[in-house]
Amino acid sequence: MAEEDETQGSELSDKQKREIAKWFLLNSPAGEIQYVARDVRSVLNDDNVYNTAVSEAFPLYNKSHLICLKMPDRSGDVLITPFSEINENEYLDPRTAQVARVDHVEQVCTEVRPASDEELPSPYIEDYRCVLDAELMKYVGEAYPKGVHSVYCVRGKDVEEPGSDFELVVVISAARHSPQNFCNGSWRSIWNVEFKDDLQIVDVRGRIQVGAHYFEEGNVQLDAKHECKDSTIFQSADDSAISLTNIIRHHETEYLAALQASYSNLPDSTFKDLRRKLPVTRTLFPWHNTMQFSLTRDITKELGIGK
Amino acid sequence: MEAAMGLMRRIPPNQTETALSALLSLMPEHSSDLLSQVDQPLQVLCDVDSGKEFILCEYNRDADSYRSPWSNKYHPPLEDGPCPSLELRKLEIEANEVFTVYRDQYYEGGISSVYMWEDENEGFVACFLIKKDGSKSGHGRRGYLQEGAWDAIHVIEVGPEEEGMAHYCLTSTVMLSLTTNNESSGTFNLSGSIRRQMNTDLSVADGHLCNMGKMIEELEGKLRNSLDQVYFGKTKEMVCTLRPPAELVEMRLPDS
Repeated sequence: MAEEDETQGSELSDKQKREIAKWFLLNSPAGEIQYVARDVRSVLNDDNVYNTAVSEAFPLYNKSHLICLKMPDRSGDVLITPFSEINENEYLDPRTAQVARVDHVEQVCTEVRPASDEELPSPYIEDYRCVLDAELMKYVGEAYPKGVHSVYCVRGKDVEEPGSDFELVVVISAARHSPQNFCNGSWRSIWNVEFKDDLQIVDVRGRIQVGAHYFEEGNVQLDAKHECKDSTIFQSADDSAISLTNIIRHHETEYLAALQASYSNLPDSTFKDLRRKLPVTRTLFPWHNTMQFSLTRDITKELGIGK
Repeated sequence: MEAAMGLMRRIPPNQTETALSALLSLMPEHSSDLLSQVDQPLQVLCDVDSGKEFILCEYNRDADSYRSPWSNKYHPPLEDGPCPSLELRKLEIEANEVFTVYRDQYYEGGISSVYMWEDENEGFVACFLIKKDGSKSGHGRRGYLQEGAWDAIHVIEVGPEEEGMAHYCLTSTVMLSLTTNNESSGTFNLSGSIRRQMNTDLSVADGHLCNMGKMIEELEGKLRNSLDQVYFGKTKEMVCTLRPPAELVEMRLPDS
């Protein structure tokens, strides 16, 4: 937002207004973009600029927050992710082999259609994808009360048989919105799983992002991120699914423990570096007896040595 | 204005400065309202006379200059910049000295400044400011924090003395951001901003400074506690709602 500085005193161009509006929208905490949008609209007071900003920011926000939308006709949920994007308004749900059409700004799925053959992976890849999805289902169901996950093939989806590399991405998204309790939060993890045929290994890279916002008479936010790596041997689809799920479970459990440790370190170590609970003297400050502190000043003044 | 304040309640607190400058450029007609209602991270300047740093805020500003509490001079120099009366300046000097000790005992570092000025109702207003950089590279004694910022703003209105009593109205704001960063737990940032008010009538026998100091100490302690216990606690609760702690899961899921 470098342009702000140059514009002091002069009118902002529509482009600058749009960029500012987008900045606010993209910095909305999990589950709060609709509220932010309402305020941005009224601050902008220019519906043309507002509509452009919204149409540009919502797709980015929805994809980065891995939001989950209900598909019509009760066929389940679809995750909005960069990995399932067919075009800006269409997202693949590999589990049901459907493509969901979404309205980004309303954050709803308007219709679904069956995915075409070109949009789906080969049977060989689908085998790996599908059993991993099923194995993860048990884990995500146990670990995340409101968790949704999906597995996508992002590279090599047309590989027909062993002998070539391919890459899957596991997305786990859990969000909780309780504005009545002034609290929203989200857990997002993205696991890149690279099957390397020549080395017969599978490399795993995870990115986890956890956010929480508590806003009753204040504004306090948690923003936590973590990246990790692991690997396992290239096995059959069934065995891979089990070991990959174990890897993901292990790292996510460890990360949760690390988060809790960060919280328990707050009172006695981390927060103390900002402000102590009690003074170094361990007693309340002696406001009744502050003469001792200004004494030096009085003496220097009386002796005429201050300045 | 309401919408602008709504945005400030949602934007990550460590982005306050960017958000405020964005709002100022979008709604220049509301700039004075925005500057007075949105608390922003405190800035610091060095007093050329004493070599000591002092904190900048709306209360020691005139035009583009800021008055230092140490030398009572405006930086950059300003002719006819308003100054408190001699009597109030005396209290201001004392408050700055005592508050330096208070700040050192609670913060083990940091910068503080106190400003006072007469108000229209024969009383006065005092503003006590503390800024602490608690990061490893700043004044963080223990070296746990990659980044750690604490800004406290206490504005206290003191009413005229009546029958040995005065009314004190204190508004305190704390803004903070702390980040830890290590291999096993990644980046962990908590940021926040809260504001509370406290009103009391006190006997002036103990002196204004003693009364104001006690109120500030009490409210600042309360703000710190509610950030620690309530606000951080609520975000932790949210994390545990999203993904309940391991022991609960393991009870249901014996290791395969």
